[in-house]
Amino acid sequence: MNSATGPGPAVFALALTALIAAPVCAEVTAITGATVHTVGPQGSIENAMVLIEDGIVTAVGNDLEIPVDARRIDAVGKVVTPGLMTPMGQIGLVEVDAVAGTVDFIQRGDQFSAGFDVADAYNPRSSLVAINRIAGITHAVIAPDGASIDQLGNYSRVLSGLASVVHLGDADDYLLDRGVAVIAQLGETGGDLAAGSRAAALMILRTAMDDARDYASNRDAFEQGRRRTYSLSHTDLAALSAVLSGERKLVVDVHRASDISAALRLAGDYDIQMIIVGGTEAWLVAAELATAGVPVILDSIGNLPGSFERLNARLETAAILAEAGVKFAVGGDSFSQNHNARNITQAAGIAVANGLPWAEGLAAITLAPAEIFGLDEQIGSIEQGKRADLVIWNDDPLKLQSYPEQVMIGGRLVPMESRQTLLRDRYLQSESPLPPAFR
Amino acid sequence: MKPVLFLVVTCLAVAGCQHDESADRSSETSSESAFSSRYAALPNETTLLRNATVLTGTGEQLEAADVLMQDGKIAAVGNNLSHEGALVVDASGHWVTPGIIDLHSHLGVYPSPSVEAHADGNEMTAANTAEVWAEHSVWPQDPGFVAALAGGVTSLQILPGSANLFGGRSVTVKNVPGRTVQDMKFPGAPHGLKMACGENPKRVYGFGKGVAPFTRMGNVAGYRKAWIAAADYRTRSEKALNGDGDAPLRDLQLETLVGVLDGEILVHNHCYRADEMAIMLDIAEEFGYRIASFHHAVEAYKIPDLLADSGTCAAVWADWWGFKMEAYDGIVENAALVDKAGACAIVHSDDDLGIQRLNQETAKIIGAAARAGMNITPGHAIRWITSNPAKALGIGDLVGTLETGKMADVTVWAGDPFSVYTKVSRVYIDGALVYDRDDPARNPVTDFTLGSLAQQGGAQ
Repeated sequence: MNSATGPGPAVFALALTALIAAPVCAEVTAITGATVHTVGPQGSIENAMVLIEDGIVTAVGNDLEIPVDARRIDAVGKVVTPGLMTPMGQIGLVEVDAVAGTVDFIQRGDQFSAGFDVADAYNPRSSLVAINRIAGITHAVIAPDGASIDQLGNYSRVLSGLASVVHLGDADDYLLDRGVAVIAQLGETGGDLAAGSRAAALMILRTAMDDARDYASNRDAFEQGRRRTYSLSHTDLAALSAVLSGERKLVVDVHRASDISAALRLAGDYDIQMIIVGGTEAWLVAAELATAGVPVILDSIGNLPGSFERLNARLETAAILAEAGVKFAVGGDSFSQNHNARNITQAAGIAVANGLPWAEGLAAITLAPAEIFGLDEQIGSIEQGKRADLVIWNDDPLKLQSYPEQVMIGGRLVPMESRQTLLRDRYLQSESPLPPAFR
Repeated sequence: MKPVLFLVVTCLAVAGCQHDESADRSSETSSESAFSSRYAALPNETTLLRNATVLTGTGEQLEAADVLMQDGKIAAVGNNLSHEGALVVDASGHWVTPGIIDLHSHLGVYPSPSVEAHADGNEMTAANTAEVWAEHSVWPQDPGFVAALAGGVTSLQILPGSANLFGGRSVTVKNVPGRTVQDMKFPGAPHGLKMACGENPKRVYGFGKGVAPFTRMGNVAGYRKAWIAAADYRTRSEKALNGDGDAPLRDLQLETLVGVLDGEILVHNHCYRADEMAIMLDIAEEFGYRIASFHHAVEAYKIPDLLADSGTCAAVWADWWGFKMEAYDGIVENAALVDKAGACAIVHSDDDLGIQRLNQETAKIIGAAARAGMNITPGHAIRWITSNPAKALGIGDLVGTLETGKMADVTVWAGDPFSVYTKVSRVYIDGALVYDRDDPARNPVTDFTLGSLAQQGGAQ
């Protein structure tokens, strides 16, 4: 590793790097002196300590005693937050968008729909993983893409497949929840995929639900060939029947207010747990969303009428949803997805600049996505009993100049290095007489 | 357009341009007077912005400073200014900067809503379309213009897309609402020529259509063939003027290329990879023109010395990377490393959302650079989105700093412009208040967004 040149942070980084070789997770670690934003019931605590044992947070507070054998991380003057969660995307399922062999989040053809499970394609060694985690992203929802047709000629389906949640650590147990949700496309994209009409997309979805319900109650008959023809394959029906039983959620990609309302009617009719993703015009139906208890994964910076389903885009949507009591996360849009999932801090900051309270801005990229996907007992806040997935920042994490000085995932200190830091350090040494390849 | 002004701008922008000769040619270029600017400054009043933190665009940061705008120009910048009869605006706690300039935009040619009927930015029918002009595609009702105004943008270059080796002429506009593109055209700004390296021409023609270019070496052959044709066209035209032979039939494509060879049209070259930028600099030297700027110069940090030597600016994003192979080596510190080597760094948008927050994109680079031990002051960084793009556009003598006598294109921020929490308070263009966040009723609304539920009486 090349040496960084900034005096303060460099010393800090080097000190921590030395620790990485040791199996930190098996021991007690104490992070001391920081301002800790727990995003949990304890709120924000000045000069606090976080105690970690076996990868789990065991205590947070002011007056804790440091166990004698604890490994200490001095974080005086630093800010500690839960690790950030990107609420929708394809980290680990793509390396270069325009290089087909690296793209695993979308299929050509129509072999699978609701059951298309991308989790086994996840690559924890993808450069996107390290690049985003050293920016504070510790968890990602990975999902099939909803593009009606992408630049490689692939296309999705109204029922695109299964999403999973991973942590971005090096451990092999990266899957936190496989198949947490089925992804569906409605609105303009759904209409495009359903031969031209958004109504047809809804009908495809309803027909699939009806088939899945029938299938779930008559599996034996289906296996014996004594059931009517279904609109989907066995694999897809099995995936969808878990939505009907409440074991997994249905994520619906939709923007126009009337499309959101139509989706909510469907959620009510089938009594399923729905998540809206996109939600550009969600502010127009905020009360309806609150009543239905349906959360939104919000594109918080899209303020232009980029399409006719987004005519009423605005930057205050996050603040309006918060005021109305709608649960929401920010991210997952083109601005803060995949390669640049790290930009969710900026997205949250922009929401704060447009009326969202700061604490809710931080929650929108930590606890809220964990709650939305039902993982808040494990992750999303710094609380006793939760995974020690957290970030030590030099300053307010939503500020653009801020950066993590150390990231911890599952109690392990993540190497603060990526393909990009290596490139940076190589070309910082402009005085070297040798070509870059020798640096 | 005032011809005198035009010449001053052109010659300042092009190093070593031969004043008298290019003056003569310029008056003879038949395209020069076509579609000329009808921009007229909006009504202004003498205004004194008082007690602000001022980033001058020349590298300085002034505290408790005042900015006086009179007759559409910067009349004075300093402490304790006064001017009888001036409208005094208390800017305490605010920051004042030159208006933001985006070197790379497709507003108007790829407007919102982005429907097929509006996709007018990329003439993907031949690898050389130097004959098309972006201004003939600009839809002035693009809501993106008003949104960019709310982000402090006072001027922008609108470029054709990057499918072609030669994409066509760009146009520089003032970000004022107009009924026509002529109402917006920056008076005196030279045209640009959009060129493109790398994957896009290869993909669109070789892979997509089975015609040249199919490879990067095919790209280079395409550029060189075109410059040879342009030089020949210029020679024949000049000979005809001297009574030696017939003038060639007017050729719009070659006319644009000759404009480059004559130093009247500035080359803006989409080029990601370091090795390709080096090739393009050599082609420019071979045919005797200059490249004003490389756009999307993702690997500029690998060749800052070459950029400094050639005086070519590198326009970059803060953090875009990985969407294609030639963007794989993108790093956030790119602009900082270019700047550190003494080359001209610019942060551009290429995006209708990014243009609204070029200040924030710059802030991300400041943060990453600090972490790598490079301290970049706000006074210095603001140049990446003001005076440096002005220079690359050949309008550096008119805008881009708050120096006395320049156009009063000024952005007032509610606080530090490099904070994510700061929004633009006011925007002045030629001394006229064109945007005021505190007075939504006066702000411009495009025809397209008129009456939308989100519009609420002004820009957002």
